[in-house]
Amino acid sequence: MAILAQLITSFIATGSFGIVFNAPKETLVKCGLIGMGGWLVYYLLEGYTNNAVLATLAATVFIAVLSQELAKFYKTPVIIFSVAGIIPLVPGGLAYDAMRNFVENDYNTALGLAAKVLMIAGSIAFGLVFSEVINQVIRKLTPKKS
Amino acid sequence: MGNQVEQTYDIMEVCLLAGKIMLQSGAETYRVEDTMMRIASSFGIVKTHSYVTPTGIIFSAEGDEPTKTKLIRISERSTDLKKVALVNSISRNISSGTINRKQALEQLNEIDSMDLSFPLGTQVAAATLASGCFMIMFKGGWNDFIPAMISGGLGYLSFVCFHRFIPIKFFSEFLASFVIGLLSFIFVKMGVGHQLDKIIIGSVMTLVPGLLVTNAIRDLMAGHLVSGLSKGAEAFLTAFAIGAGIAVVVSFL
Repeated sequence: MAILAQLITSFIATGSFGIVFNAPKETLVKCGLIGMGGWLVYYLLEGYTNNAVLATLAATVFIAVLSQELAKFYKTPVIIFSVAGIIPLVPGGLAYDAMRNFVENDYNTALGLAAKVLMIAGSIAFGLVFSEVINQVIRKLTPKKS
Repeated sequence: MGNQVEQTYDIMEVCLLAGKIMLQSGAETYRVEDTMMRIASSFGIVKTHSYVTPTGIIFSAEGDEPTKTKLIRISERSTDLKKVALVNSISRNISSGTINRKQALEQLNEIDSMDLSFPLGTQVAAATLASGCFMIMFKGGWNDFIPAMISGGLGYLSFVCFHRFIPIKFFSEFLASFVIGLLSFIFVKMGVGHQLDKIIIGSVMTLVPGLLVTNAIRDLMAGHLVSGLSKGAEAFLTAFAIGAGIAVVVSFL
């Protein structure tokens, strides 16, 4: 039941982010589906391993590879699909917690949280790099049709 | 000779216009460079160099005549994925040869002057829905759904409105997150909302610079160090503005 709620809310959230970013109308549903898939990977892995960094990495790779394939298929820029999907993975909640602890003069907790924010942002970055590499390998391995 | 020079300048104009629209709409730097190069080579200029940063494009074309260089300044950037997709399809059409230089320039000018964004009401409604949903995704309770929706929607609306009056983006982000913090605080005080943290996190998500962060990383790893770093700086400033707006509410109330 909880997973169902997460699925529906992540679909709506990423789809409406597509509207905020003014994605073309016909891609909104696909944006939502990609966001839903990415969030499902994150949610399940995070619940299973209790490791947000690993879960973020896996979800980012999933979203980036999928959106590059979709972009090739529909002949549109990758950015349209990947951006909305990545938004839920951005560690906004942790960053907020860190900021709040800084403001309340609890620097020890705040620094720990800030380090975690950096780790998660770094894993998003690494996931993007990694998926780009995967894609280039795929492109090199598949024989060119000519 | 004179005719040829004029032609080169016309081609460069098409390239720069395409690049300008893409960069203003939030495309990645490497995509902008790639598109400009493709357009130029399909019009017959094989050797081109481009230097793209978030604030300007320098583009030069080599050929038999002396090298020509043009510069274009980008002063305002927003996110408009539809324009990116449209320019992309025009560049595809140019490569496949279905439209010529004049048609391309006309179409690009049309795109440049069009306002393709969704109506403000739709955008605010989307932001409203997204805030509520994000609150649930970050393990908030359903009893906070409506407060998060309202504060997120009003926060986004105030961001758009402030941005019309104040051209400094960071300041309007600061004010919008201040509004979000204040509204969430009022909701919790009134007893409508329950968890202040969850409501604020959910509603702030619409302002978070997610696009900038991903673009900055993509640029950095593609070797565009200058534009990657400057986009990263912009993202950091935005995040700081949001954090400061919330911090004002949390620390003074």
